[in-house]
Parts: sequence; C-alpha cells; structure tokens
Amino acid sequence: MFERKPLLGFAGDTLASALLANGLTLAGRSFKYHRPRGFLAAGVEEPNALFTLGEGGRTTPNVAATTTELYEGLVARRQNAWPSVDFDLGAAISLLAPLLPAGFYYKTFMGPRRGSWMWYEPFIRRAAGLGRARHERDPDRYETRHAYTDVLVIGGGPAGLAAARAAAAAGAAVALVEQDSALGGMLLAAPATGALEDWRTELERAVRAMPNVEVLLRTTACGVYDGNTVALLERHDHERPDAGLGKAREVAVTMHARAIIYATGAAERPLVFGDNDRPGIMLASAAQAYLNRYAVDPGRRALVATNNDGAWRSAIDLAVAGIAVPILDQRQHVEPALQDAARRVGIDVRTGALVTRAQGRRAVTGALVAHNGSARVEHLACDLLCMSGGWSPTVHLTSHTGRKPVYRDDIGAFVPGGYAPGQFGAGAVSGEFALSAALRSAAEAGRAAAHYCGHADPIGPTPPPQVADHPFTLEPPRACPRGAGGKAFVDFQNDVTTRDLALAHEEGYAAIEHLKRYTTLGMGTDQGKTSNLNAIHLMAALRGVGIAEAGTTTFRPPYTPVSIGALAGRSIGHHFRPIRRSPLHDCHIANGAAMIDAGPWLRPWYYRWAGGDAAAAYVNEMRLVRSAVGLADISSLGKIDVQWPDAAEFLNRVYVNGFASLPAGKARYGVMLNDDASVLDDGTTARFGEYRYFMTTTTAQAAEVMSWLEFLLQTAWIDLDVQVVSVTDEWAGMSIAGPRARAALALALPEIDAADAALPHMGAREFEVDGVPIRVLRLSFSGELAYELYVPAGYAIALWERLLERAAALGIRPYGLEALASLRIEKGHVAGLELDHRNTLDDLGLGKMAARDKAYVGRELRARAQLQAPGRWSLVGLECLEPSARLRGGAILFARGEALAGHGRGYVTSVTWSTELGKYIALGLYQGGLRHAGEEIVCAYPLKNEQVRARIVSPMFIDPNGERLHV
Amino acid sequence: MIAMSSRYSALALARHALTGKPWARAWRSADPKPAYDVVIIGGGGHGLAAAYYLAANHGIQRVAVIERAYIGSGNVGRNTTLVRSNYLLDGNTQFFEHSLKLWEGLSHELNFNVMLSQRGQIVLAHGPSQLEVLARKGNIMRLNGIDAELLDRADVMRLLPYLDYSQASRFPIHGGLLQRRAGTVRHDAVAWGYARAADRLGVDIVENCEVTGFVRDGDRIIGIETNRGRIAAGRTAISVAGHSSAVAAMAGLKVPIESHLLQAFVTEPIKPFVDHVISFGAELFYISQSDKGGLVFGGHIDGFNSYTQRGQFPKVQSVAECAVALIPAISRLRLLRHWAGIQDMTPDGSPFIGRTPLRNLYLNGGWCYQGFKATPAAGCCLAFTIAHDAEHPLARHLSLDRFERGNGHDEYGNGNWTYRQ
Amino acid sequence: MATGPTGNDGMLRIPCPHCGERDYTEFRYGGDASKIRPPHGTADARAWQEYVFLFDNPKGAHLEYWQHVLGCRQWLVLERDTATNAVGKAHLARSQGSP
Repeated sequence: MFERKPLLGFAGDTLASALLANGLTLAGRSFKYHRPRGFLAAGVEEPNALFTLGEGGRTTPNVAATTTELYEGLVARRQNAWPSVDFDLGAAISLLAPLLPAGFYYKTFMGPRRGSWMWYEPFIRRAAGLGRARHERDPDRYETRHAYTDVLVIGGGPAGLAAARAAAAAGAAVALVEQDSALGGMLLAAPATGALEDWRTELERAVRAMPNVEVLLRTTACGVYDGNTVALLERHDHERPDAGLGKAREVAVTMHARAIIYATGAAERPLVFGDNDRPGIMLASAAQAYLNRYAVDPGRRALVATNNDGAWRSAIDLAVAGIAVPILDQRQHVEPALQDAARRVGIDVRTGALVTRAQGRRAVTGALVAHNGSARVEHLACDLLCMSGGWSPTVHLTSHTGRKPVYRDDIGAFVPGGYAPGQFGAGAVSGEFALSAALRSAAEAGRAAAHYCGHADPIGPTPPPQVADHPFTLEPPRACPRGAGGKAFVDFQNDVTTRDLALAHEEGYAAIEHLKRYTTLGMGTDQGKTSNLNAIHLMAALRGVGIAEAGTTTFRPPYTPVSIGALAGRSIGHHFRPIRRSPLHDCHIANGAAMIDAGPWLRPWYYRWAGGDAAAAYVNEMRLVRSAVGLADISSLGKIDVQWPDAAEFLNRVYVNGFASLPAGKARYGVMLNDDASVLDDGTTARFGEYRYFMTTTTAQAAEVMSWLEFLLQTAWIDLDVQVVSVTDEWAGMSIAGPRARAALALALPEIDAADAALPHMGAREFEVDGVPIRVLRLSFSGELAYELYVPAGYAIALWERLLERAAALGIRPYGLEALASLRIEKGHVAGLELDHRNTLDDLGLGKMAARDKAYVGRELRARAQLQAPGRWSLVGLECLEPSARLRGGAILFARGEALAGHGRGYVTSVTWSTELGKYIALGLYQGGLRHAGEEIVCAYPLKNEQVRARIVSPMFIDPNGERLHV
Repeated sequence: MIAMSSRYSALALARHALTGKPWARAWRSADPKPAYDVVIIGGGGHGLAAAYYLAANHGIQRVAVIERAYIGSGNVGRNTTLVRSNYLLDGNTQFFEHSLKLWEGLSHELNFNVMLSQRGQIVLAHGPSQLEVLARKGNIMRLNGIDAELLDRADVMRLLPYLDYSQASRFPIHGGLLQRRAGTVRHDAVAWGYARAADRLGVDIVENCEVTGFVRDGDRIIGIETNRGRIAAGRTAISVAGHSSAVAAMAGLKVPIESHLLQAFVTEPIKPFVDHVISFGAELFYISQSDKGGLVFGGHIDGFNSYTQRGQFPKVQSVAECAVALIPAISRLRLLRHWAGIQDMTPDGSPFIGRTPLRNLYLNGGWCYQGFKATPAAGCCLAFTIAHDAEHPLARHLSLDRFERGNGHDEYGNGNWTYRQ
Repeated sequence: MATGPTGNDGMLRIPCPHCGERDYTEFRYGGDASKIRPPHGTADARAWQEYVFLFDNPKGAHLEYWQHVLGCRQWLVLERDTATNAVGKAHLARSQGSP
C-alpha cells in the first residue's frame, strides 16, 4: 500500500523501482527548503527518497526507498511535508532562503530577552526532523549472535565473489556478506542478458557451490571494531517475520574474523550545478540500474552529464533500450574507442560540454549546457538527467579503526590509507575500477587473507568476462560558473548548497569539520555518501589548497543506520539485565512475599501475612521479631571460603580490626577499607577450623570484595598461602531472630545444640542434620537473639519449611527486607545508605574498631588530615519530636534557629517507624556527630516544604547494653 | 589590528541577504606572536571560554589560545550537550549553578546563539531508597536557590508517557527528580561563540599549532615550544581534557588522571519525540533530542585506558539495551552514528582547576563526565586563577593536591568509577 | 606487539594464559600494572598517595591488570597500546617477572 493506494510491483523490485514504474517521480520534500525531490540513487547512498514504512508500533521513519525490498503488504508513505508531498506548504520556506543561509540560527533568535530561544525552539524543532516516529512499543523481535570465520568478505560484487572464491579455494572458511538481496554488485545494473550476466551467474554458482563459503545476503557490515570484530546487521523484513513464531526482524551479529577482505566497491557522485536536485535528475549508475535490473524506464528522453568514463556505460545501455541520449562530457578529450562505442548505438556525443543549470520544477524538463571555448549556452530538453561526477571508493569501513583514507588524483577520490593487520582490499575500494584489475586485486586479497589464516593453496585469478574493459579516467569536477542561477546542491538531504559552502569559507569555517558542523553537510541519514567528496573538492578550491590538505571528516559507524532494537537483541524488558534469585525464591512467592529489586537480586520486601503494603507490613514484621521469632532470607549476602595456613594473617591485613586471634568456633564483625581508606565493605568472618574461614559480605559489594581479595593475593601478597573461593551460590542463608529464636531452633532442629555454652554470642559451629551440613553463626543484625543458618543451596527450601512448620507454635513467620532494614536502624547498624564511599570509618562511628597495633589496607591514607578533621559529619541517631510528622530520608539537617540555606550540617540516611519507641527514628550524619547528642535540630525537606524537629541521640536506639542478645 | 565582526541579528541577516555584503570571519586566523601575557593550551570550550573571560572580566588581552588542530575539535564537539546544576556536594552545587546562570545569559553575552534549551532534566529512581538519594540532592538544590521538583511515579508517567511502565520492565520506575532549568546547548556553537567574542576582544586564536614542550626557568614556566616556534608566556594554562596527562608530562608533572573512552550516539532525525533530558536510574544512561531531530544518548565509559577515540561494540549494545529498557519504542528507530571522545577520569570523579607545583602554570582538566556543562564556569574560574594566581572561590574544592589532604570530592558516592563497571 | 594468524592483533580479545583468547567483556579492568604497590605495612603516606592517585597514563605501551572474572578468576598483566588498542602478551600477575 502506498499512501492508501494499492501499488503493484514485481518480486525483486525495490520500493523505489516500483514507484518509478508506477510513474511516481516526486519522492519527497527536502529537509530545510521543502523542495520537491526524486530518486537520486538506486542504493544505500540515497539522500532524498526517504519514506515512512509500516503502521502502529511498526512505524519506521526515514527508510530509503532504494533499499526497501517490495513485499506483499508493505505499507509506505512519504514524509516531511504538510499537507502532502504533492502540495507542501512548507515549500514557502524557499522564498525566505536568502535569509536562511547555513548557520543562520547562530545569528538570530536571541532576542528580545535572555531565554528567548525557548520561544523559537518549538517551531524549529517541529520544522526539523524528517519522519515521525511513534511512541508505541515495537512488536517485532530482534536477536544478537556471535559468529566466527577465517575470512570475512564484505561485499558481494565481482571483487567480493572473486576474493571469496580465492580464499575458499585456499582452504579458508569464508563468510561473504552482501547488503543487497542479490550477489553481483555493480554487475546487477548491467544488461540482464549477455556475456557479462552469464559470467556473473557462473561466478556466483561457483562460489555458492564451495562448501566452506557461507553467503549472507541482506546483511550489512555496519562497523569494524578493534580486533577484526565486525558488527553485521542481518535483515529479514522481506519475509515479514512473525515475532509470535520467534522469528527475528533483524539480527545483530558480532563477527569475529581472523581476516577481513573489503570488497565494498565504489559509489557514484553527483555533479554540482544549478537546481541539480530536481526530480528526474539521478546518478547515471542509478538510471542504469533501474533500466537493467528493474526493467523500469526512468525516462524517455535522457541527458547524461559526466566528467568521467564510467557514465558512458550507462548512456550506452539507455540508448540500447531506445531512450534518446545525448551525452555531455565536460572533458574535451575522451578516449576515441569510447566515443565510437557510443556513436555506434546512436548517442549524440558532445565533449567539452558542461551542464550549468537544470530546468523544471516538480520534474526536470531540460538543462542549460555551456560549451568549452564558447559563450553560447544551449538548452536541451529532457525528462531524465543522468549525472556522474566520478566514483568514490567506499572507504567507510576501512576508516573505522582509525586509518585515515588518502586522496588519489587519478580517480579524484579517497582510497583506504592502508589496512590493519589481517585486513585486505579487493577491487574498486582500492581504486581499481576496471574489472580485470579489480579481479586481479581480489584474487590477491583472497590468497593473502587465506594465507594470513594459515591456509596456503593459491589459485589463479578469476578469468575476466569477454567484454570490453576500459581503464577509468576522469577530470576533476569543474565548479559551476557563477551566475548560472538556481541552487546548486552539494548535500541534498540537508539542503546544503555551494552558496552555503562559500559562506562557511567566508566566515572562517573552512576546516572540513567546521564546514560539516556549521552547514550540517554530511550529517543526514546518508551521512554524506553523495556529498562529502564534492564538498571537499569545492572547499579545497575555495581555500586554494590541495584535497589532501583539506582532509576528510571522520568516518564513524554504522555504515548505514541500524535499528536500536537489533543492537539490544533479546536484552529487553525483563531480560534487560539478568535477575538473581535466591534458592528460596519459589518459597517466598508461595508464602505471599512482595518482591523488590536489590541490585540484580530480587528479595522479599514484605510478606502479605503482615499487611497489604510495605508501610503496613514492615511494622508488624518488626513486632514479630521483637516479641517472638521471625525468619528472613539472607542468601544474597556474599559468601567467601577462605582457607590455608596464612588465612589468619590475610584476614588480619584486609580487615581494619584484628583477626589474627579469632579462635575456631567464633565469628567476628569486620570492616574493610580500600587503599584510599574509603570503606569497602562490612561483614562477618567465622572460623570453623585451623585453616578454614567463612566470610560474608554485603549483598551489594560481594563481587567487589571477591575481586579485591583475589587482586591482593595474586598481585601483591603472592607469598601468602591462602585460597579464596566464592560460595555465594553454593550456600543459602537465613536468619532466625527474636527472643524465641533458640526455642524455635530447638523445635525445628533438635540436633543443633544452641545452648549458650555450646553456641555463645558470636559463636560459629558446623552441624550435620540428616546428613546435610548446616553452619550456624550466632550473630544479630536486629539486636535480638539471632542465628544465621547456612545450608547447601539445594536444601534451602527444606530447611526453611521445616523451621516454619516445626516452630509454628512459637508464632514464627517470615519477614522481609523492609523490616530487616528497620530493625537494624533501631540498633544503629550502618548499611548501604550510610556506606557510600564518602563516609569514612570514623564518620560511621567505627573508627574505634581499627587496630592500632597492626597494619591493614587503607591505614596510611586514613590518616590524612581532612579525613580526621574534627568538624566532619558523623553518624548520629535522630528521634522525631513532632508526633504528627515523620522523618524522611534525604532531609537536610540544620541547627535549631539557623537559616535554612546552603548545605546544612548533615542529612538523614535511613528512616523507620520504631515499634519499640512509638515514633519515627532515623540514622543520619551530622557535623560533629554525637558531640551534639541531646540537641534539638531541624530536618528540612524543602521538596515538600517540610521542616521537622528532631533530637540527636545515640544511634543505638534500643537495648544499648545488648542484653537481648543473651536472653 | 582587530577584525570587528559585525553584530549578529535578524536585521543583519536581512541586510546581508539584500546587499550580498560578505560576512566577516567569525574569528581571525592568527599566527602566533613571540610573546603573550597568557597562553592557554587547548582551543576547546574551556580554553576559549577562559580566554574570553580573561579579556572580558580581567582586562588581559594579550592572550593566545593554542590549538593543535581546529578549535572545538575535542570534547566540546563530541559530547551529549547536556547542561544542568543538580549537584549535591558543597562546592559542586554552587559551581554548576554558577555555570548554568552563565549559560542562561551566554547567547546575549556572546552575541552568538548557543541555543540553550531549558527543556528540563528528569533523573529517574527505580526504588524507594534511590528516590531518597535523589531527594537529598533535590533538597540541597532548593536550599541553594536552585529549582528542583520531586516526582512520584504518576508524575513521571504524566511527563514521560512513553517510558516503560509495563509489567515487563526490569527496573520499574518509582519516581524522579526534575530540574526544569536543565537542558541542552548546541555544543559546537559554544566553541565558536567564545572564539568569536574572544577574538573581538583581541585574543589570538592560533589553530594548527601543536605544543611540543615547556620553557622552564627553575620552578617557573615562562613559555611553550610549538611546531611553529617558541612562544614566551607570562602565565600558561593547560586546558586539554583527554590529553591532560600528556601535556602535563611535558612540564614534568604527573597528575591523578587517566584517559578513558566515552561513547556517544545519535539516531536519524525524527520529528519531536523526546521533549526532556532523561537520565535512567538503573544504569548510567541519558538521552535527549537535538533541535535537528536526532536522539542523542550516551552511557558509561568503555572501561580501560585508551586514546583511540573509538568505542567497542559490546558497549554499543549495552547502551542500546538501556535505550530500549527506558523507551521501548526506540527499538524501531535507527542509530545513525556513534563516536567516542577521550575523557579525563579522576579518582573521585571531580575535576581540577587551579595552580600546579610549577609557578605560572595552571591546570584545568580531569573533567570526567561533566566537562561540557561546566564550560562557562570552568572558563570563568580558570581565567580568575590565571589573573590572580589564586584559586577561584567557586573552585577551591577542585585543587590538584586535594587527595594528599584527604579532600576527595566524590559527587556520586561511587568510589573510583574508572574500574567499576 | 604480536601480529599474525592468531588474530590477536587488536583489542577486544585478551589472551588468558589459562583459558586462551577471550573477549574483553569476560574481564574486569584493573588499571596500570607498572605501578609498584608499597609493601604491606609501609608507613610512608606519600608512597601510598603516589601509588593510589598518580598515573603515568601513557599514550602508547601500557602494562595493565585485567581479571578473568568470567573465566579462571586470575589477574593478568597485559601489554596493550593505548594509542591503537593493539593487544600484546599477557601473563599471570602471580608469576612475577616480565611477560
């Protein structure tokens, strides 16, 4: 469907060829001036014919019709025009063109007041942009994969085919990628019958028959990255892939190739003359492609304007097809054989003839032609103007890894500035435009690439077809004479004209990057494929310097635009990042837990037995732990086995407090610093035997700590005989806490002797229950009598259920993360919100833990003056003094009566309702810390216009002497 | 001789259009003179701004900006164009607010439209504790006279209806913090606008001039060596973020900086699609839409020292994943171009503006992720430091020796970002 | 820098002495490996400051730590050129001596 009208085409058609066949030549409106535009090209370089495809969530703007394969049900429409492309009111902007030269917006829209741009911007934004995208979710599926090959051949034209054949014959595994739907490259634009086509068919058959060649059609090499890694994009739109059946619309392939052969060919450039953008003006090679490949007459009365030999082939094909063709070559001298060949098919040959301006508005109707050595300007009528300003090797990919292309005068274009190791060029990309020379270079590249991969059975070059094979010559493009009239476009998509280039030069934006950024030249969806080199030629001429000095802009990936969906692949929605689940996860769901993200983990937030939402539930869960017994999942804690003779010394070095004398059967709380003295982590380590320790870390820092311990042991302390192994996934952990915890253990696990004598506070013992090892650590985060139980992950559910069932009479219930965090606040234990790399050990009130009589990581830098300054903010407890108000995390603290401005004297980190105290309490940091205990302060929360009075108290809100630990 | 470029205005555009009168160069192409009062190494946004403020605020006009390539060829032309002042720490808050205030008057001050678009930035939170951390920042902003609004999930849904609020979302959106005055600036225009304004005040902007060494007299720097000869300088400043270490090393200095790659991305141009600057909360990812229509976005550094100015493909993919996680519809849009800049990274994520152990040598560098938004304030503070041989009050916390004193300034509380991916 | 048929001439692939050549995404970067960490217990604060905060940050040859976190968990010392990302040899950090 095209704009609600059905459109007929043939298999193998592109949207562009089908529209041309249906007589549509007005393909769209330009970006800035809304000028009518047609089809300039027949491939990826198309700057004009951008369409919006699809509907609803499948709406895809800015797709080049020249690369869109026609398929049954394709829906397309033109864009960037209102009310329609055929009648576009935006074209009125053309009348203002003299006021709107390149960069005009830098010189105006500044008044009348500061900030006035905000008034103009919405108009500019609406005018800018091309197609319109939808906010609906994309219903299609994308995938990513990795692939590996010996030799990756990029480009399936004659050089690519010949290179693939040579590399494969030498024994290398070859992947041949071609962005088009067929192999053949420029040969696809040759006449559909004849010697050339026969030769192409045979070469394709030969290559496809080789078992070690994989051919990937509709696959674009988008970017070349370090290490011969190539990003490929496979497209399947032509198959209308059904996401419901798991079919991908596009696949982004990370191709790891040992060697790369660039057979990326060359692209034709436009000529720059007045009104060279009129519909019906197209690249000569494009006209040839529409004629031969798609069997579409792009016009009935053609003109071919050129400065090089290449376009003569196109002219001859047009003439043979019965389209009247005068050829206008700006060169005075053209090889006689070429002229003869043209005249033989009835072409009106004119040399020394320069098109200065096109005529017509919505379609080209003719051209003004100047002749060398004559003031006469001739008018020639046409409905198709084919132009060729020479051919530019496609050096994008070879430039992606930082090798700048170099200019070659003989072809008037850039070629790759060398190749990285394992990379080779074949054919037109290296400036070999003649077929026989291209095939020779392809065979050499194939051989060299195979050899690079360790394969060495060379074959000779692919024999060239028996057709005339002219060397390529060209004369540099000539500047259009001043006063020829009309706008001479250099960049069609962004409406950059020769006048804009002259202006940029005049104002000093002559460096090629300044030119690009000032005029937006080359910044469109085509990334300047047809415009960059012409601009460089023109700017070099304005500056009076050589092309090499003028330089190029940087080629960046991707070569052609890539769907962001393809890059993301399946890492979307729930699969955006992996989810870590506790071995008890299913149990929690069955127990009515509401889950919450904690970094990559999903943890129980609260349980519905305690309330319908977190706010209601956590206080009931707290009460349970304070009055009876609760069970919490702590499996996400990092767990590290530390073993061997120097383990004690090792732990003594990494923790600030002493671990050398920790006896077997005991656990100890410890804090680790980074080298810069920032707090790395806190946790406990238990000693189970002479050489056996079991370390736990916080959930958040588990990976950091593990890596850090390994770093120290493998780089700095290689003399220590210690092994560390992460056992986080191997052991599940649960905490049973509350005054009835021991009774609950006795009911559920009578095998475990949890009596004070056997398992005192900070005791650590290993048991075996029904043949299953259980590690029991008597330590408490909540301040209640509590035990941490660690059991092999596979037995986690069995233990959990056993505890809940057998101790049911004691009222045991599970509690979640919110209650865990609140219980620790009541005890003044620091956690993630306090441990933020800015607060030091001393700030957190833990400075007294640091041993004075031993070295530990971070000791020296902890002593720096500012880190020990008396006025630092340090940990305090806060009690809310207003019964009708609450404390909030993120509130800023001020002394009573002081102005509420600036950065205050501290802030609130963690807040909870204290079931014990019947009020809101909080942890926070305050300047001078507990030296201000007892003072009333203000918690300011201007985001909600709140100020709440609070009192600074000890962060140990309940049971300061720890009596509950010993019930 | 100073070439006076004509004043820019709609009227001037009309006059030039009607008369065909040529425009003056935006800045003269200057050849280096043998001596200057001040030489600034680096013709990026910061260096050009410093030159402008030296001339405009301090009356020092014998100033040269020495640029290896063309002006604006470094990070001022490679960033994601965001400006904001939502900073938490004492010192940062005031510095970046000063910068934003300068941005707000910059087009007028420079007579060059840098297109400050105060479309508002929303930083998202994906859980209650993340929102509390944002609230602390928002409260600090309000207490410093900076606009900030706390958003709950419903607010975010109203403002940004196209984000992923579905059950499938991996990190559900819980709320956010909005700064309405934050936004974007046309990045290249900043370099050009400062260059033009500095040029009008007599500053020499010397392009294609590479510094090869320093001229020392004891512990004092008295000039530079370049590929276009020696240039004597009363005072010299290094402002070459990305290459700070290399230039400082020419003076024999070792600095707390590593060079890392930061990639940036742009889609093809589309009609207005994203009207704010949005920062994802689950990972480092930020997106906005340029006036030209491209969605501009970026993520975390690639994660290892490099000067190659090109990124790695796995990072391209992970940034694309963030984009789709935040805005599912973006899946259909197409990436047009991605590139990488070289970014100075420091141990605490904060920059340096100030004196060095060598007399008359000043360093502005280590900008990590925040160089562009800092441009006016950095230029202003650097100019002050050069003019007075003293730290600017707004940049006292950014001294080069702060780590020795334990005065690290870790805005995000992440520790050393360089190695934490 | 190594070149040749292993394809080990660019970034992205790190030759782990245990596991063979792997994508860099399996590794965690650990910074400049040419810096010498002061021996444990060194009381000289300046030595620690220089070790922790100052970097040569060369454009060119760089010795650096990488840990094969998604493989053998070994910390390696890798030669890499920061101007080109070309990767050279790697050896285990625990086996001191030149790569």
